[in-house]
Amino acid sequence: MGAIWAIGELADGAPTKLTLEVATLARTLAEKAGSEAKTVLVGEGAAAAGSAAAAYGPDVLAVEVDGGLADRPLAAVVAPRLAALIEERQPSYVLVGASNDGKDVAGLLLGLTDLPLLANGAGVSWGDGGPRVEMSTFGGKLVTHSAFSEERGMVIVRPASVTAEATAAPGKVETVGVSVAAELPQVRVTDRVEETGAAAPIEEARVIVGAGRGIGSPDGLRVIEDLAEAMGGAVGATRAVVDSGWVPYGQQIGQTGKIVKPALYLACGISGAIQHKVGVQTAGTIVAINKDADAPIAEFADLFVVGDLFEIVPRLAAAIRARKSGSS
Amino acid sequence: MNIVVLLKAVPVVGTERLDGSLLTDRSVQLEANGNDEYLLEKALQLTETHGGETILLTVGPAGATEPIRKALAMGAARAVHVVDDAIKGSDMRATLDILAAALRKMEYDLVFAGADTSDGQGGVLGAALAVRLGVPYLSYASEIEPIDGGVRIHRLSPTGYDVLEAPTPAMVMGTQLLGAPRYPSLRGIMQARSKPVEAWSLADLGLAPAAVGGGASTTKTLDTSKPPERAGATFVREPADAAVTQVVDFLAGRRLI
Repeated sequence: MGAIWAIGELADGAPTKLTLEVATLARTLAEKAGSEAKTVLVGEGAAAAGSAAAAYGPDVLAVEVDGGLADRPLAAVVAPRLAALIEERQPSYVLVGASNDGKDVAGLLLGLTDLPLLANGAGVSWGDGGPRVEMSTFGGKLVTHSAFSEERGMVIVRPASVTAEATAAPGKVETVGVSVAAELPQVRVTDRVEETGAAAPIEEARVIVGAGRGIGSPDGLRVIEDLAEAMGGAVGATRAVVDSGWVPYGQQIGQTGKIVKPALYLACGISGAIQHKVGVQTAGTIVAINKDADAPIAEFADLFVVGDLFEIVPRLAAAIRARKSGSS
Repeated sequence: MNIVVLLKAVPVVGTERLDGSLLTDRSVQLEANGNDEYLLEKALQLTETHGGETILLTVGPAGATEPIRKALAMGAARAVHVVDDAIKGSDMRATLDILAAALRKMEYDLVFAGADTSDGQGGVLGAALAVRLGVPYLSYASEIEPIDGGVRIHRLSPTGYDVLEAPTPAMVMGTQLLGAPRYPSLRGIMQARSKPVEAWSLADLGLAPAAVGGGASTTKTLDTSKPPERAGATFVREPADAAVTQVVDFLAGRRLI
């Protein structure tokens, strides 16, 4: 069998958390399969970022990219180089993290190569001679396990499907040159706009405090933000709150937003409609705070505080701060 | 400017189930995939402002007619419905072949795809289709506007957005930020009855039935299980201060604080 590759992603010159998760996954699968794992990094600064990724086990293939492509979307630069490297080295399985750029890379690779694809992997184990991919189906009503019909394929792996673990035996970093026969049809990035108040990605947060319609107004959001700060967590929101313009779309949890898996989800003023549920139901622990004891979130919360969030949430933030400072 | 909108007919959210072959049961009532409707709305606005037609492309069973009619009632000019018994059970790769073959028979300036589907395709077909068709791919659009000979979009980034430009024809994958879909008007519903829906078979696309469907699938569903159930919520109904104490104890017990 050929190698198992983790496709990495760089942000500010370092591998992302999701990259380290996928590298850990490639290593553990390769150990079970008795094959070799590699982490592939493509982009400017790939070689310099290599050792940070290699600490998670697999040897790193670093593909440097010439600065002349800086005005192209990331995936359009990465995908043709990966396709050429896959063609040359013939790995059996390729794992790609499900970030926006990762999904674009996987989609372009689906068009550029003939690799079979399993999207939406929520966990991957080594099954009967190949990866056994767990997926959360139909809004989490069902868990399905899928496999490839042949001994090769590509799996898109959701954030937080595995825990990144460094090893005592880090891999080596190999810088490789890749020549691409043809670039993809041209798309130019003409501007990059930074918006103020952009929050840290909620997919990576251990604690998320979710705001629902019950917050009532943008002012209501302040108590949610304060609790998130006290918990060292991030703010998430339902679609209704995002549609009202109170919270940016990047923080929307649910069917048309993000799918998250924090250790703790504090749902404040959230009724728990199916469209929201699908985004958060695999959280480790869910605590709901809602006036309406009949809200559907009772069906998937672990603890349900029946009460006014404006009375509960500020007190909870204060209690957590007091506890952290050791005075309670 | 002609825009083809890829519209997937998915089981009504909440009613999904598998059939005996562990495939998504599409004999239930179908609705348009939520994310696709944002793209449809944007396409309608663009063709209303700049001229041209919004054309629907759906690959799906006979039951997809209902969401197609609704989209026509919203304002799309016409639809192509690829329908063939042999398509059932197609994997991502066969679905890609079918969509690419259909689009090669159509004339368009832009193809719109939704960011994801509620039945789990992961939002990757737009990118793969663009490669197959040899057109530029622009994704995660929160804004789409025509420019001379091309298209400009805002692509969501972790810290804001990037402005992307490409010549047309092009493929654009977009998000909910494009705007809420309109409701069909009564007049729209009446007009939709006489709008053309062309049914194309695999033969019309020059595809062999054996090349798609369950038999040609490169992936397989092995088994299913129920997700681990939560024990059910413990209710806290005490006044605020006592309730908070209980929450803190609960979180501490689970080592979450």
